[in-house]
Amino acid sequence: MHQTNRSFDHLQEIVPPSAVSVRNVSKRYNDVEALRDLSLEFPRGQLTSLLGPSGCGKTTLLKIIAGLIKANSGDVEVNGVKVEGPGPDRAFVFQDFALLPWANVLRNVAFGLELRGVAKSEREAIAEKYIRNVGLTGFERSYPHELSGGMRQRVGLARALAVDAQVLLLDEPFSAVDEQNRRKFQEDMLALVQNEKKTFIFVTHSIEEAVYVSDQIAVLLPRPSRVSEVIRPTSFRNKDAVNIRRDPEYLDIIDRIWASLRNYVE
Amino acid sequence: MKHRSLFLKLLSALIVFGAWEIAGRIPVSYAFPTFLEAMQALLAMTLDGTIFVAYGETLKPLVVGVAISAVFGIGLGLWIGLSERFDWLFSPVFIVMQAAPLAALIPLLVMAYGIGLTSKVFVVCIMAMPVIVLNTSGAVRNTPSSMKEMATSFLASDRDVILKIIIPAASPVIFSGLRLGISAGFIGAILAELKITPTGVGDIITYSRSIADYPSMYAAIFSIIALAVIFLNVLERVENFLFAGNNRGYASD
Repeated sequence: MHQTNRSFDHLQEIVPPSAVSVRNVSKRYNDVEALRDLSLEFPRGQLTSLLGPSGCGKTTLLKIIAGLIKANSGDVEVNGVKVEGPGPDRAFVFQDFALLPWANVLRNVAFGLELRGVAKSEREAIAEKYIRNVGLTGFERSYPHELSGGMRQRVGLARALAVDAQVLLLDEPFSAVDEQNRRKFQEDMLALVQNEKKTFIFVTHSIEEAVYVSDQIAVLLPRPSRVSEVIRPTSFRNKDAVNIRRDPEYLDIIDRIWASLRNYVE
Repeated sequence: MKHRSLFLKLLSALIVFGAWEIAGRIPVSYAFPTFLEAMQALLAMTLDGTIFVAYGETLKPLVVGVAISAVFGIGLGLWIGLSERFDWLFSPVFIVMQAAPLAALIPLLVMAYGIGLTSKVFVVCIMAMPVIVLNTSGAVRNTPSSMKEMATSFLASDRDVILKIIIPAASPVIFSGLRLGISAGFIGAILAELKITPTGVGDIITYSRSIADYPSMYAAIFSIIALAVIFLNVLERVENFLFAGNNRGYASD
């Protein structure tokens, strides 16, 4: 019995229940079909990447989950509750950071709590904790334009963490960040997924980034937009952050995804 | 906050006033006094109190007109920027108002409202309001959509979006509109005094020109420019106090 269980585990790990379910979602912008009948499950406590060439609707899907865009048909459920608009169970990290230029780091991080009506002293205490977590201690009084791109996105990340939503939606969060900062971010993401026990949905166009950080990679293809495959890396997820990039499975998955995407890249 | 160095400020003042003094001494025209003569005349008017009496008159339409323009101008500008229908309805009015040759319209105003304070306030408003309205509405319309989207995703109500995103984001352009509007309001106030009834500073200018007392005339003009500059500086302080981030650049630059 033990033996069968273990060998079964080896072949297919147990996927946790879904935190977010997307069912038969379609979205049209005038004449452009952004998504057609798309269904996807996002396991609780794990990081799922939406990976695909530009124009495949991955950001559209993320914004539909966030409740910022309405789908033409289909349902999105977060913890079993249908999404009708933005909610306290989801927090968004923006590609262009979307920080308030007139507010310092402390107010920016606390902004989500400010909108929820949390008292000033309380929200600043929470914000300070997350500023520390993302490694920006000492910059509380700085303004966004005084920070580097990487630091600005850390502010964006801290703002999303501070509202303590169960689901974090990240829209190409590191695409406007330089290469070295991006690598550091990716390593930090692994620790964050481990420690925060939240569900992460991560949009990216970088194959290496998706494979490096994800528990599950959904490859999206355009014309018509659809999920072409869902890949769950098995062997390197529990490895040390520095050894992942040398893992044979990591390299195989990258090759496999590129083989299916290359026809769609102009 | 960035400071221009005191030395440069003094130097530029020295160059401008020095050029004035030299131009007056050549002289470029017999109707053009030297800087020192103009300052003497200003000192004389300050000592005998004429200038204060004059400003008591001039400031009435100016302050009332600028206050009306600022409050209604920003209010209307916000509304026009937020609502397409309102934009369609009101934008043309202010575009026409800005382009209209005001001096030609003054007789019309005098026929409708007489030669009193009301007409003068109107002149100040017509000068000051359009640029405030158009700047405000343009700035509101150009609020970065990602910031509005961010606020919405963090559960902001429509009121929050207006108060915490749109107004602060638009504030630099609103304030530059206010600066332009207030400068135009100063022009309007003097224009009203020259064209409707000679009172206040306009009276000093008209009267001293008619008796060829050019130093006094230029002293009055100088004083109104100086007052406008002081006013605009105060406005800049107010802006920096209200929106501390405005003079610190932008997050996405």
